[in-house]
Amino acid sequence: MIHFVLLISRQGKVRLTKWYSPYSQKERTKVIREISGLMLHRGPKLCNFVEWGGLKVVYKRYASLYFCMCIDPEDNELETLEVIHHFVEILDRYFGSVCELDLIFNFHKAYYILDELVIAGEIQESSKKTVARLISAQDSLVEAAKEEASSISNIIAQATK
Amino acid sequence: MNPFSSGTRLRDMIRAIRACKTAAEERAVVRKECAAIRASINENDQEYRHRNLAKLMFIHMLGYPTHFGQMECLKLIASAGFPEKRIGYLGLMLLLDERQEVLMLVTNSLKQDLNHTNQYIVGLALCALGNICSAEMARDLAPEVERLLQFRDPNIRKKAALCSIRIIKKVPDLAENFINPAAALLKEKHHGVLITGVQLCTDLCKVSSEALEHFRKKCTEVLVKTLKDVANSPYAPEYDVGGITDPFLHIRLLRFLRVLGQGDADASDSMNDILAQVATKTESNKNAGNAILYECVETIMSIEDNGGLRVLAINILGRFLANRDNNIRYVALNMLMKAISVDAQAVQRHRATILECVKDSDASIRKRALELVYLLINESNVKPLTKELIDYLEVSDQEFKGDLTAKICSIVEKFSPEKIWYIDQMLKVLSEAGNFVKDEVCHALIVVISNAPDLHGYTVRALYKAFQASSEQESLVRVAVWCIGEYGDMLVKNVGMLDVEDPITVTESDAVDVAEITIKRHTSDLTTKAMALIALLKLSSRFPSCSERIRDIIVQQKGSLVLELQQRSLEFNSILEKHRNIRSALVERMPVLDEATFSGRRAGSVPTTLSPSTMASVKVPNGVVKSAAAPLVDLLDLTSDDAPAPSSSSGDFLNDILGVDLSPASAHSGASQAAKNGTDVLMDILSLGTPPAQSSSSTPDIFSLSQNQKSPVASLDGLSTSSPVSARAASSQAASSIIDLLDGLGPSPPAPENNGPAYPSVVAFESSSLRVMFDFLKSPGNPQITVIKATFTNLSSNVYADFVFQAAVPKFLQLHLDPASGNTLPANSSGTVTQTLRVTNSQHGKLIRSMVKMFWRKAKSTTSHVNCEDDRFFWKD
Repeated sequence: MIHFVLLISRQGKVRLTKWYSPYSQKERTKVIREISGLMLHRGPKLCNFVEWGGLKVVYKRYASLYFCMCIDPEDNELETLEVIHHFVEILDRYFGSVCELDLIFNFHKAYYILDELVIAGEIQESSKKTVARLISAQDSLVEAAKEEASSISNIIAQATK
Repeated sequence: MNPFSSGTRLRDMIRAIRACKTAAEERAVVRKECAAIRASINENDQEYRHRNLAKLMFIHMLGYPTHFGQMECLKLIASAGFPEKRIGYLGLMLLLDERQEVLMLVTNSLKQDLNHTNQYIVGLALCALGNICSAEMARDLAPEVERLLQFRDPNIRKKAALCSIRIIKKVPDLAENFINPAAALLKEKHHGVLITGVQLCTDLCKVSSEALEHFRKKCTEVLVKTLKDVANSPYAPEYDVGGITDPFLHIRLLRFLRVLGQGDADASDSMNDILAQVATKTESNKNAGNAILYECVETIMSIEDNGGLRVLAINILGRFLANRDNNIRYVALNMLMKAISVDAQAVQRHRATILECVKDSDASIRKRALELVYLLINESNVKPLTKELIDYLEVSDQEFKGDLTAKICSIVEKFSPEKIWYIDQMLKVLSEAGNFVKDEVCHALIVVISNAPDLHGYTVRALYKAFQASSEQESLVRVAVWCIGEYGDMLVKNVGMLDVEDPITVTESDAVDVAEITIKRHTSDLTTKAMALIALLKLSSRFPSCSERIRDIIVQQKGSLVLELQQRSLEFNSILEKHRNIRSALVERMPVLDEATFSGRRAGSVPTTLSPSTMASVKVPNGVVKSAAAPLVDLLDLTSDDAPAPSSSSGDFLNDILGVDLSPASAHSGASQAAKNGTDVLMDILSLGTPPAQSSSSTPDIFSLSQNQKSPVASLDGLSTSSPVSARAASSQAASSIIDLLDGLGPSPPAPENNGPAYPSVVAFESSSLRVMFDFLKSPGNPQITVIKATFTNLSSNVYADFVFQAAVPKFLQLHLDPASGNTLPANSSGTVTQTLRVTNSQHGKLIRSMVKMFWRKAKSTTSHVNCEDDRFFWKD
């Protein structure tokens, strides 16, 4: 299973963290520090796997961002690379040619997408289309609620005028 | 947006934080934001709760504490609208983990949301539950999740399936409830449901053998068919990855088949065809294809034997190994480790390629390859492979040297065909990467050297040459210094030349140089310096001509800031100056170190390393050991300003030399002695937990009385001071045979030794129920050893069954307990049990003291025991 997912920028800034195994806040900070140290110092041509504390870290760099997933030693590393790529493609479709800034300002959206892709450390959907559909359905629910709220506040505002 | 609202928008806050130039600026911005959020929380501001939590999540990601927002998550989750719930659940998963008590409060909201009419809200609840549920929550909400496995919308079913995985991992007892609904998922067409269903079934098999049996019988056929359909499916754009339809489903199916096939020939048989098809037909030019092949190979290796398939699998691995992509090579090495148990011969064929991988520039690959090479080595190929590895050691990265060295040492030790080869290889490793060699490896090498008398000369010369070439390698220096100390004369006289050697000329002073350089080098650590000091002492008798120079070097260490070195230097100086007559006997060559004992000690190294800490911890409450001993030492040590008398036995040198890693010297040597004695008894008794003060107040008066009365040598009371301890110490002084080498009273010649019979027997303990007599015996040649025969007599009218006697001694003593003559004491003094104790006193002349514990069972009653701890058992040898 996937123990956690990290998105770390080339400067070592954390852009997304998702934990599927229990790590306390202190441990999380330590893990992030250790893994970014390991990952950022590896050359470009080397393999995408690093052994870390009895587990394996599979990472891939997309532009300025490192996507990294930590898996059990007996898991399929090549498949995890595919999962990462799958995630990136969905992000790309959702944001339309995603860049780091999208993920900074809309970090919650990235989390929502990840939640449609992975639960309990296991992948739940192999169709990008399905994920996109589910996300947009939920987004429109939020939009609808917002509109309703603003219309109500308009009514209240008018009524109290 | 409400123009009167305080606080910034999320977007503005992120901008402000990004605009910060320094960490301090960022902290200031975050502090301000947090203060605003807190204020808003206190006002119970509902309108901005949503935005506040989003901000908190961002702040959390930057690593700042956000615990004050946890309750806000719960409030948002409890509110009615979807947007609030969405962000609330996200915050819950991000800010909390399953170990926080707050999480329990969300159980009820989760339960409501799992039953919600809006399927997206059900989805949110399932996702949160799957990611962070605790065991309690799993128990409470399992029925809901189980029901949702049959929900009409497939997107909820798949979420429920993954959520079930979490639940059965947290509470394996619940597994049986999920077997049937999980099996139903395997028949679905929706890929998401299939993937999660297969995953759920795989995890069920891990926690329940019942589930495994069920799926094996009912589902193998279905799964094989599903895999066949997926593998043969036409182009499906929705699931296509690099020309392959849904690799994720492929891989999960293969993994589940592996679980089913393992250990079951029929199931394995039914999947052979499809495995062969996947292994041959899958395109291997893209990562997705390789991922499937990799999984397929693992399944073939794991299921029951089918020769043809295995050949196919090994061939795929061979192709992988030759691939230029590092990722593929990495997984190939990984898989070959598993293949080695299946077909070692086939893996051996790839040896050359694997060896190349050890030298790869990629650390991950090197590590895998090294592990694999280690498994590949056997008696027949150890020589060439070790040569390759050692050659590579010269050019390898610093950070890889540690791993590589450890592996080479282990290989050399395990497979060495002959001693000279072992010594040669170890010397190469030591010269190349001595700083990475572990202490116990050096010890093992010294033991081997010591056991090869015909190679002593060769080794010491080789070490001398190696030292000249690379004197910065700590471990090499230690071994060299030890060998020169022991076999220095062979070095100088070229004793035991082998044909392969070139003769070298080394003078006596050259040999002394080695020790001098070592002791004076700043980078040498304490142990190395201490070893050099001992080597010098040894050389002083081997090379009489250098004796003066050696004394000078030793004397210089008197000023050492390290107590250990200072003390040793004083003692050695005293040996050199005042005890010339016994010096040569004292520094004789070490007896051959017993290989069996050593390997036994290494095997038991885990408890040995543990013991110092336990020793230290129990020593404090049991302070009696130390405090009581102090006056005794003073009494004996006439030059009381000197440090406590050091050991003079060669046995202790052995300890010093072998215990190379004893940087906190005293604590460790104590531990190793204890381990050597096998006196776990000591630990037992020390860790009894009975405070010594208490036990000594219970019986001591009767006891000390009885001893004073009955002890036939209690007449020397004239010397006694007010303290009863010293009184007793003095009382038993009759048979003194002190050879106190180092007490500074040089001229006094060693007292003649007393032989045996002069020791009267002593009533060591007597109560209304038990008497213990000690008879002493000294072996004439060895004044350090006292043999004590303990005789136990039962004075009560009850038979004592399971009688056990235990004794413990301070660490300057070594105790050996022979088996007792029996474990039943007949009543009314009608019979006795005897047991022999052998005590070796490394500081001969010091009082022997011990703690004794006895326990037994009276007929049908509970165990009674007597603890005689602290100062009760003293006598003098």
